[in-house]
Amino acid sequence: MTRVDERVASPAPPRRANQLVALVRNGWRQLTSMRTALVLLFLLAVAAIPGSVFPQRNVSIEDVQGYYEAHPTLAPVLDRLGAFDVFASPWFAAIYLLLFTSLVGCILPRLRDHVRALRTPPPDAPRRFERLPQRAVIEDYRGDLEAIAALLRRRRWRVAVRPGTVSAEKGYLKETGNILFHFSLVGILAGVAIGSWYGWHGNRLVIAGSEHGFCNTLQQYDEYGLGPRVHSTDLPRFCLELVDFEARFLDSGQPESYRATVRVDVDGGPPRQVDFTVNSPLRLDGANVYLIGHGYAPVIRYTDRYGRAQTSVAAFPKSDEMLTSEGVFTFPDVNINPETGERDPNAQMGFQGLYLPTVSDDPTVSRSVHPAERSPGLLLVAYRGDLGMETGIPSSVYELDQRQIDSGKLVQVGLSKLLRKGDVWTLGDGTTVEFLGTRPFVVLSVRHDPGETIVLVSAGVLLVGLMMSLAGRRRRVWCRITPTRSSTTDRSSLVEVGGLPRTDYSGFADEFADLVAALRASQPTTGHAPRERAGMHEGTDCWGRSPPSS
Amino acid sequence: MTAAILAYLGAMVGHAAEYAFGSRAPAARVAARPRRALATVGAGAQGAGTPPEPEPAPAAADSRRPLPVGRIAVAVTVLAAVAHFAAVVTRGIAARRMTWGNMYEFVLTLTLVGVIAWLIVLARRPSIRRLGLFVTLAMVLLLGVAGMVLYTPVGPLMPALKSVWFIIHVSSAAIASGIFLLGFVTGVIYLLRAGYDRGKRRFPYPLVRWAPEAEALERLTFRLHAFAFPIWTFAIASGAVWAEAAWGRYWGWDPKETWSFISWVVYAGYLHARATPSVKRRTATWIAIIGFVTMMVNLIGVNLFFEGLHSYSGL
Repeated sequence: MTRVDERVASPAPPRRANQLVALVRNGWRQLTSMRTALVLLFLLAVAAIPGSVFPQRNVSIEDVQGYYEAHPTLAPVLDRLGAFDVFASPWFAAIYLLLFTSLVGCILPRLRDHVRALRTPPPDAPRRFERLPQRAVIEDYRGDLEAIAALLRRRRWRVAVRPGTVSAEKGYLKETGNILFHFSLVGILAGVAIGSWYGWHGNRLVIAGSEHGFCNTLQQYDEYGLGPRVHSTDLPRFCLELVDFEARFLDSGQPESYRATVRVDVDGGPPRQVDFTVNSPLRLDGANVYLIGHGYAPVIRYTDRYGRAQTSVAAFPKSDEMLTSEGVFTFPDVNINPETGERDPNAQMGFQGLYLPTVSDDPTVSRSVHPAERSPGLLLVAYRGDLGMETGIPSSVYELDQRQIDSGKLVQVGLSKLLRKGDVWTLGDGTTVEFLGTRPFVVLSVRHDPGETIVLVSAGVLLVGLMMSLAGRRRRVWCRITPTRSSTTDRSSLVEVGGLPRTDYSGFADEFADLVAALRASQPTTGHAPRERAGMHEGTDCWGRSPPSS
Repeated sequence: MTAAILAYLGAMVGHAAEYAFGSRAPAARVAARPRRALATVGAGAQGAGTPPEPEPAPAAADSRRPLPVGRIAVAVTVLAAVAHFAAVVTRGIAARRMTWGNMYEFVLTLTLVGVIAWLIVLARRPSIRRLGLFVTLAMVLLLGVAGMVLYTPVGPLMPALKSVWFIIHVSSAAIASGIFLLGFVTGVIYLLRAGYDRGKRRFPYPLVRWAPEAEALERLTFRLHAFAFPIWTFAIASGAVWAEAAWGRYWGWDPKETWSFISWVVYAGYLHARATPSVKRRTATWIAIIGFVTMMVNLIGVNLFFEGLHSYSGL
């Protein structure tokens, strides 16, 4: 812009303007040159490497936090450089945008040229065929130009008949495929862009049971992402609850199959029950629901000193592949005197839990030995005191507030205790806790990406275009017909045939020979056979295959 | 599997013998002797204490007229491929599924594809037979690594792998990798041969004295890559379709995805460089070699060192 303004503001001599135009033109030429494109491609590949070396925010935010903890001085520097958001970083975008500009700048003129080539007849024959890599002579040819043209057309050549010569060209699909391939790359980029503008996703942990269902609103997601062009009211309305979840495991502990059964209530319609699993997500109108995690949610009942019981279900995230799971139960509203309504601020209860679906026979092993619930046990550590929930400081729902424990406001009661299903543990003050069992939970990802179809179609076109451009071969043949007087009949003539492969095509010699043979065979059989075989010269030194060696 | 590795070794020794004694020039024969010894030592190490293969080489050395050692070597390669194929099939039967569930099985499959592609190319162009030494060497190395480092007992699939896309995605990836592997071998030989033609006589260059003409090698390299690239593109695209069904997004820059993308970009760069007259053929071939290095980083490095969604393919 400034360049243009400058030119308008100061009436510079036209020479200077030309220089600027030349500069811009040269710059553009540089950008759209193959060399620049190659360098940009290479840069793109190199720029993607840090994306696999460093943890990425969009892949796993926890890993990024872990990296911050492990490298407290290096991490902020790397973050400034965009190492944790490589694929959204300005420098990565700069590379691919330049690459795509170069691509479009290169492919548009090629499209223009190709359309022009498709509309114009194949070029005129060269004056001399001697320099063509393939050539042959047919003497005593008894057909005419039209017969040759018809034969070539039958063989799907594009043909132009001029006085005395026939020009034919084939393999336009190569360039068509090439252009398709490059345009479909732009299509993929557009699809990705649309997906990130108009797409959204939300993740949520759902425990089995009707009281744990949720509806598709942003507030109900544990974590969500909304494209810049999507409003929270645009989300399709449906509610979902987990009815059952079944996981099957091998004896080795390797999972074999998962199946989630959910009840879906799409806006207005009757609720329906559907099963879905990994690899076959639940496809709703405007959203897909994916199963991305699962685990156990133990249920305990705490009976306080006034004899009032409360039940709590808490999802325990797994900490290893055998589904050893850790989590907490909190009972902030217990030990309230039912008569006075008086709350003892230091009698809230919290339990730190470790759930083992299969407890080992060896008592020193505090990890699960199998992910299925073969011999379930819940290891609890009880805390009494102030849970610190009123402080307003956000805290994890998977662990007790360590500050309260450190400051002595939350005190451990007794030692840890391993409870089997149905076991009751009586704490020192007469209160009891009972392990009632578990419920399954799943982690669901609900997503919508409107760019997917565009990307899929573009990828399909890309593949087709790629194969066309790699398999296609552009080649030309020319025939020149010269009437011969020495022949016995009037219609006999001499046909010179020349061929030029325009791309690296080692099979051209064979195709050419085949074509010449067909031309010979196509002569009207009114007279006798050609007197003499025409000499065929293979230009092995420039285009043909290397001579066969044994 | 051991039988297949040993057979590849046998084929390698045969090819080495062809290399060493295929020439009638006495100087070449003398120069070649230590190389044969080298190959035999390598065989002993790889075969882990098994008696060395009976060699056709000494017979060839004694007689004046060259024996068809090369053909014997090709025959042994075919035998090896049959054993290799049998190993893959029996493993598939033992596991009752396609054998692409983990890295060990993937390497077995991709090398099998590479050998089959080699035999097909060889059948069509017998003149490249001498390349067999390098092909079998690559096979022995990759299978050796697979057997010693990556071995995983037979087992069924993870739930996430139970999908038709498993067959489609992994088979196309294995086929593309196998052909890229072969293209890599011919590319390396081409570079050595081109170096030899320019007068380089230091260590690795004289090895390829008998290799086919540089130009033919280069064309073969290009055609292998041009064949494998669409398959690789399809592997990535089908992987994206599968990822959409399994993980909810078609592309998420998981390390494996990132490296497939890198390989794709590098190979695309190779094909473009090859089509550009101003770029030297040697430079273009170097790009293809970098492409294969990224494939290997993807196969071995990503599975072992980076944590990602594809991590079940590791050990």
